[in-house]
Amino acid sequence: MEVMLQQVFNGVSVSSILLLVALGLAITFGLMNVINMAHGEFIMIGAYATFVTQNIFMDYFPQEAFGYYFVVAIFISFIVAFIFGFILEVSLIRFLYGRPLDSLLATWGVGLMLQQLARSIFGAPNVAVTSPQWLEGGLEVMDTIFPYKRLFIIGLVILTLTVMYFYIYRSHAGRQMRAVMQNRQMASCLGISTRRVDAVTFAIGSGIAGIAGYALTLMGPIGPSLGTYYIVDAFMVVVLGGVGKLVGTIIGASGIGIANVLFEFWQGTSIGKVFVFLCIIAFLQWKPMGFVTLKSRSLD
Amino acid sequence: MKKNVIKTAAVATLAVSLVWSAVGAQAATSGTIKVGILHSLSGTMAISETTVVNAELMAIEEINKAGGVLGKKIVPVKEDGASDPAIFAEKAKKLITKDKVATVFGGWTSSSRKAMKPVFEQYKGLLWYPVQYEGLESSPNIFYTGATTNQQIIPSVDYLLENKGKTFFLLGSDYVFPRTANKIIKAQLKAKKGTVVAEEYTPMGHTDYSTIISKIKSSKAKVVYNTLNGDSNVAFFKQLKDAGLSSKDVTVLSVSVAEEEIRAIGTSVLTGHLAAWNYYQTTNTPENKKFVAAYKAKYGKDKVTSDPMEAGYTAVYLWAKAVEKAKSTDVAKVKAAAKGLTFNAPEGKVTVDGATQHIYKTVRIGEVQSNGMFKEVWSTKGPVKPDPYLKSYTWAKGL
Repeated sequence: MEVMLQQVFNGVSVSSILLLVALGLAITFGLMNVINMAHGEFIMIGAYATFVTQNIFMDYFPQEAFGYYFVVAIFISFIVAFIFGFILEVSLIRFLYGRPLDSLLATWGVGLMLQQLARSIFGAPNVAVTSPQWLEGGLEVMDTIFPYKRLFIIGLVILTLTVMYFYIYRSHAGRQMRAVMQNRQMASCLGISTRRVDAVTFAIGSGIAGIAGYALTLMGPIGPSLGTYYIVDAFMVVVLGGVGKLVGTIIGASGIGIANVLFEFWQGTSIGKVFVFLCIIAFLQWKPMGFVTLKSRSLD
Repeated sequence: MKKNVIKTAAVATLAVSLVWSAVGAQAATSGTIKVGILHSLSGTMAISETTVVNAELMAIEEINKAGGVLGKKIVPVKEDGASDPAIFAEKAKKLITKDKVATVFGGWTSSSRKAMKPVFEQYKGLLWYPVQYEGLESSPNIFYTGATTNQQIIPSVDYLLENKGKTFFLLGSDYVFPRTANKIIKAQLKAKKGTVVAEEYTPMGHTDYSTIISKIKSSKAKVVYNTLNGDSNVAFFKQLKDAGLSSKDVTVLSVSVAEEEIRAIGTSVLTGHLAAWNYYQTTNTPENKKFVAAYKAKYGKDKVTSDPMEAGYTAVYLWAKAVEKAKSTDVAKVKAAAKGLTFNAPEGKVTVDGATQHIYKTVRIGEVQSNGMFKEVWSTKGPVKPDPYLKSYTWAKGL
């Protein structure tokens, strides 16, 4: 019983991490159709931004303020990744729309460059981020411990999703964004600057990847190759969920997260991963477009 | 146009490499002895291997300062194995046949060693391999200065059985070393009335250990024997602590967490857990005090020293002593001279075992302290004779 409860929680937790990792990609790949292989590196940028924020707090702020660095870091990691994403869009991605193979190779190259950049600035070894005191420990329910860090990540995902929902579906900027993605010519005719919308959209996707990196400092290693561990999972979530819909990404992440935990518990990690892949392949045979398909009358 | 660019680039690379080899060839002519340093300077293993390169270069520099070997200066030829076994093999061949080095110090992963082994055997070269490994190997052309299983794993299991409990949870990354190590541990536990409650492997770079940790919890294991490698250790230890398991509930003994790794994982999550090595930065010998001070002076005050670095440093000295004794750099003569050679290494006195070409090493269990250093909690009485094929253990028959 205890184990069951723990495993259900683990499933939710793994799903939430996958979802956070994939959310940015759901925008850059899902909405904009850019195969962005550098997505993992934006996650890494977010993680290093958190690391730098921590160091600044350690060096320049009083001891008591240290716990707050983690609140500040959420904005810093978003902003830094946002800026990197903006620069990448303006300088490279812009010229590659509609050329998926080229953008795949180009962004992969950018990913390698960003990794090397991190290596030159911070060194090749992993760095340590000390998580704040208030995230230590866990909530004890019926002999099962729910770590605060995992609960925090679940909360963060819900918060990010809510903000994204309101931005995309309830704000003026979001409406413009959807207009451009659904029918570029028409949006342009109506006086929307599609170039600006493209750049901002891509930057937002990157910024959300930065938030994922921020959250991952709680769970795993922080090093130049951090992004490579998550990039495959992120694409899997978006493809499985169905390209172009937020709901699909949520379903994709939960599906993979829960399947992962179940198979891992039952068969061990390596074999479990194989089963998950097999399930995904079988599913995509049945529904090649993923869980949720976008019905659109636009001609592309 | 594009093609031209590629051509130009290819010509440029060729030109650069020609110049480089010319520079290398020049060095061979005067009164010097060339040795190869072949580690990964790029790729995933670069993190660990560059520290060994540093230690080896420092040893060479020290020997040169003291007059060199046979009155000649040692000149290191550095090559990058790029974390790729195939490149290790290729570069090993280049060092032996083109640079004509007297010996090579190199390798870290077992796969890199396995790839270089046939090359050294075919071209009659000599390799010094500085990292603990899974044993069950010996080659006439390789000296092993890291621990084999009976100098690390087996004594540490004995220590755990006596001091920490009889129920073991085996956790490792999914590749050669953990699987071989666990095969040995299982045989040993069977003979000594311990039990293995579970055996789990995770792919390289795995980052979510929640399920494994639930399994550890429900298994009520007293000991986790950890052969995870690289970044996975960071994820595992961080999540273990969050799940409310401290070293008091379950002791984790790791075989690939050294001083350098402690910093990346974070001291707070590791405090109280154990490691098994032959050397720690805190090992109390006069030679080690000198070694640590020299290393910090050369590479920076915040640098740490670790077991593989010490083994690499020791390898260079052992080779130099063997050359002095043989009065030649000829591989066969150096091998003969190395037999029974002793050296006061930072880890204490080491002796070369002629039959296996491994070295006698003291085994130490260290506990992670809150300052990120190890405190030695147990050690063997003296250096342990290497036994890569575990011939002296009855329970190891049939492994």
